[in-house]
Amino acid sequence: MASEHGEEVKVLGKWSSPFSNRVVLSLKLKGVAYKYSEEDFANKSDDLLKYNPIHKKVPVLIHKGNPLPESLVIVEYIDDTWTNNPLLPQDPYERALARFWSKTLDDKILPALWNACWSDEKGRDKAVEEALEALKILQEALKDKRFFGGETIGLVDIAANFIGYWVAILQEIAGLELLTIEKFPKLYKWSQEFVNHPVIKESLPPRDKLFAFFKASASK
Amino acid sequence: MAEANVVLLDFWPSSYGMRVKIALAEKGITYECKQEDFQAKSSLLLETNPVHKMIPVLIHNGKPICESLNIVQYIDEAWNHKPSLLPSDLYKRSQARFWGDYIDKNVYNSVKRVWTGKGKEQEEHNKQFIECLKTLEDELANKPYFGGEDFGYVDVALVPFTSWFYTVETFGKLSIEEECPKLVAWAKRCMQKDSVATSLPHPHKIYAFALQYKQRHGLE
Repeated sequence: MASEHGEEVKVLGKWSSPFSNRVVLSLKLKGVAYKYSEEDFANKSDDLLKYNPIHKKVPVLIHKGNPLPESLVIVEYIDDTWTNNPLLPQDPYERALARFWSKTLDDKILPALWNACWSDEKGRDKAVEEALEALKILQEALKDKRFFGGETIGLVDIAANFIGYWVAILQEIAGLELLTIEKFPKLYKWSQEFVNHPVIKESLPPRDKLFAFFKASASK
Repeated sequence: MAEANVVLLDFWPSSYGMRVKIALAEKGITYECKQEDFQAKSSLLLETNPVHKMIPVLIHNGKPICESLNIVQYIDEAWNHKPSLLPSDLYKRSQARFWGDYIDKNVYNSVKRVWTGKGKEQEEHNKQFIECLKTLEDELANKPYFGGEDFGYVDVALVPFTSWFYTVETFGKLSIEEECPKLVAWAKRCMQKDSVATSLPHPHKIYAFALQYKQRHGLE
């Protein structure tokens, strides 16, 4: 069900950020109309400082004038508020598992992958080892499912968007082979299912633009 | 209601473990509590939380749930009789999750830095700790509890750390009551609840534990 008339949904985001992207994916999967405002980090908008005074970061969701920061908190709010195409299962144990994996992605898995892709020569071997261990853990969580959510995209798939899309780009720039079909066949297959999902495909930032953006950062 | 199948893997000085005990007590759930020894983690802990190998772990009917706030949400959903720990209003519920996440990311580390710190850094650690508490105190404002009239999720997330206040004040040579009187008043209010009073160890016991820890790790 699309947002009711008069209940404006606004997103403050950054096009290159996987965290902002999580919010966009969730809204698009539910067919919720929203206004998007691109933030420039060099010049934070009054809106951002007003709506996220604590962290001053994107994404921020503003619904009926109420601001909410933190991507995973926002995704759960979206799921609670617009109940079509649920992102979380009904069963309390399955929900706890989904939340556990989303948090583990943010606390452990994403940082390991990010560090490996930006590591200098000195720290590279250790960072790569930790990244591969993180991917192994994630693949084990997937088991033989099509998506982490089962037959449909769920909270964990959305939380893992960095793994599904950003890692391929960053590892190419870094000259590393982290998520490959040889090393992680099931997880690699998931990443292809993820990026080719009809709604997800339309909602990810363009590959060449993202590549150019991170390549420019790498050469600084 | 007697529950034959609820087991908690815990370590008594852990604020994270205390959160789960409070939540179980709020819901009137009986359970078996097993103490873990960090020098020699049990095979049960390693089996039930292979990713992080940390307490607390709640095992309900043989199924493990990890990460303290995740467990608290699970308890609220699996035993959905009153009292509810999370608000029914969706926006307030998300705000509660946001603050739980904030407490997770900021309080433990700032507490630890104060009581293990020394020398020149002590003043900086103290300052950061007080700033963190002041942010929380601002959020509490003039409400009796973080959730409003009723004790809830954010109170459960934060109150265990108050058993460490004596330790922080003694090692850090600071007075929390002087800096954050509303928060200290809130802590006393929470301690009047049975669920909190029976779940938090005496602050002097925590201090003795911290002293031993510092001696063992050469942090005096």
